[in-house]
Amino acid sequence: MNILFEAFKQSIELVSTFNTDLYEILLLSLKVSCLSLFFSSLIGLPLGTFLAIKNFWGKDITLIFFNTMMGLPPVVVGLIVYLLISRSGPFGWLGILYTPTAMIIAQMILIIPIIVSLTAQTIEEIHQEYKLLFYSLVVPPHKAVIAYLFEARYLILTVMLAGFGRAISEVGAVIIVGGNIDHLTRVMTTTIALETSKGNLSLALALGIILLSIALFTNFILIRLKIRAKQRMYV
Amino acid sequence: MSKKVFEYAQNLTPIQLTNLSVVVGQKIILDKINCKIKSNSITAILGPNGAGKSIFLQTINGLVSVQSGRLTFNLMENNQEIREQQAMVFQTPVLLRRTVMANMQFVSNLRNKESNRLLKNILNKVGLEGYEKKPARLLSGGEKQRLSMARALMVNPNLLLLDEPTANLDPYSLNLIEDLVLEENSIGKTVIFTTHDMSQAKRLATDVIFLNKGKVLEQTISKTFFKSPKTVEAEKYINGEILI
Ligand SMILES: Nc1ncnc2c1ncn2[C@@H]1O[C@H](COP(=O)(O)OP(=O)(O)O)[C@@H](O)[C@H]1O
Ligand SMILES: [Mg+2]
Repeated sequence: MNILFEAFKQSIELVSTFNTDLYEILLLSLKVSCLSLFFSSLIGLPLGTFLAIKNFWGKDITLIFFNTMMGLPPVVVGLIVYLLISRSGPFGWLGILYTPTAMIIAQMILIIPIIVSLTAQTIEEIHQEYKLLFYSLVVPPHKAVIAYLFEARYLILTVMLAGFGRAISEVGAVIIVGGNIDHLTRVMTTTIALETSKGNLSLALALGIILLSIALFTNFILIRLKIRAKQRMYV
Repeated sequence: MSKKVFEYAQNLTPIQLTNLSVVVGQKIILDKINCKIKSNSITAILGPNGAGKSIFLQTINGLVSVQSGRLTFNLMENNQEIREQQAMVFQTPVLLRRTVMANMQFVSNLRNKESNRLLKNILNKVGLEGYEKKPARLLSGGEKQRLSMARALMVNPNLLLLDEPTANLDPYSLNLIEDLVLEENSIGKTVIFTTHDMSQAKRLATDVIFLNKGKVLEQTISKTFFKSPKTVEAEKYINGEILI
């Protein structure tokens, strides 16, 4: 109990004194996860929308594939990406092993399925609601897609937050492809894993507190947005 | 602009359905129907629930595909240009998750990009002045249907398709929509609507098409239909007896 209290006290100190190591790790975490969310959305939102509104042979299989991928163990993704980009791998020539780029790629593989699957479900409902109206109004397909995404905006935000949550909290993939190198590829989760095993509980706990705060904060904002939106029946 | 509208108005009507069948799923919904919608008419599609009235309107609007037979607008097959001259008001209003004004702007941006001033004029016309900033899906049933009507009028259609536009509406909304129908018709637009309200059909319709189980049982001018229906089914329906 005493150890825990000490660690907690020190961790608050680290946070409140803007410890440079700590903030370096925090910023890299945010950068990597925001970028992987950005690129995953760029791919996942249109793909999910496409799957929701187009009928084609193999559509069910594709949806099942992405649904299954949602539960992919991060370490397996890490391992696969590692094999692909390690020196002897097919993409070894890129030289991105143990870089933030590799971590972004691994996180993208983890969260694209989430964004695709949840977007497909969301847009499917919106599509059912509006397809006759839009067809009647002769809305061109690209405008219909933009309108669908806009009509689903609060649900899409939830989808993106789910993706971000998985990206920033996972450890298995980024530790394998990033290597947890000090000042280069150390993010919050990998640091927590390492520092805990070294017995340096205060830094681990400080990062844990920050990680939790980020989750609380983003969810708080989203819930507030959604409550306001619900009152206007925009959800 | 007004000259162009007149040209199109001539283009769209008469609407002719020849041996037209529509199948949804495995079921024949419209069964080899023949009928004609005259220029500048107000045609009431009457018939019991499930007769195929909504599908009839949706077929004309090109929302369901024709299985066999022909649908022509002044001898032309339905196409995008013709469909752009039509506006549909659905049985249950479908509104965007946006404000009243944004709902209007969405349609306006698809076509002529009308000024906000004109959009407001149309909103005034349907009794929604001052509602511009209100979230559309918070409107009452009558207000939603009037917004749907405003949205339909925005595209300046030559053919107005109204699917039970006044079902469950308050008297104010009902009167307002009926007046709009008559006004639009008086400036040369053709209207097809469905209703279960016989007195409304009498007030508005110049022509009646009576549908039952996917078949056209009668087509005649409104007066004749209500005075001397030719089929037992129509007579029963007019008198409020349930059809099986
Ligand atoms: N999407 C659909 N799938 C299967 N059957 C449908 C569908 N839409 C309508 N129907 C059927 O078509 C018939 C006519 O429907 P509808 O045109 O809505 O009737 P009405 O408007 O006259 O009450 C009904 O029997 C209805 O069950
Ligand atoms: Mg109906």
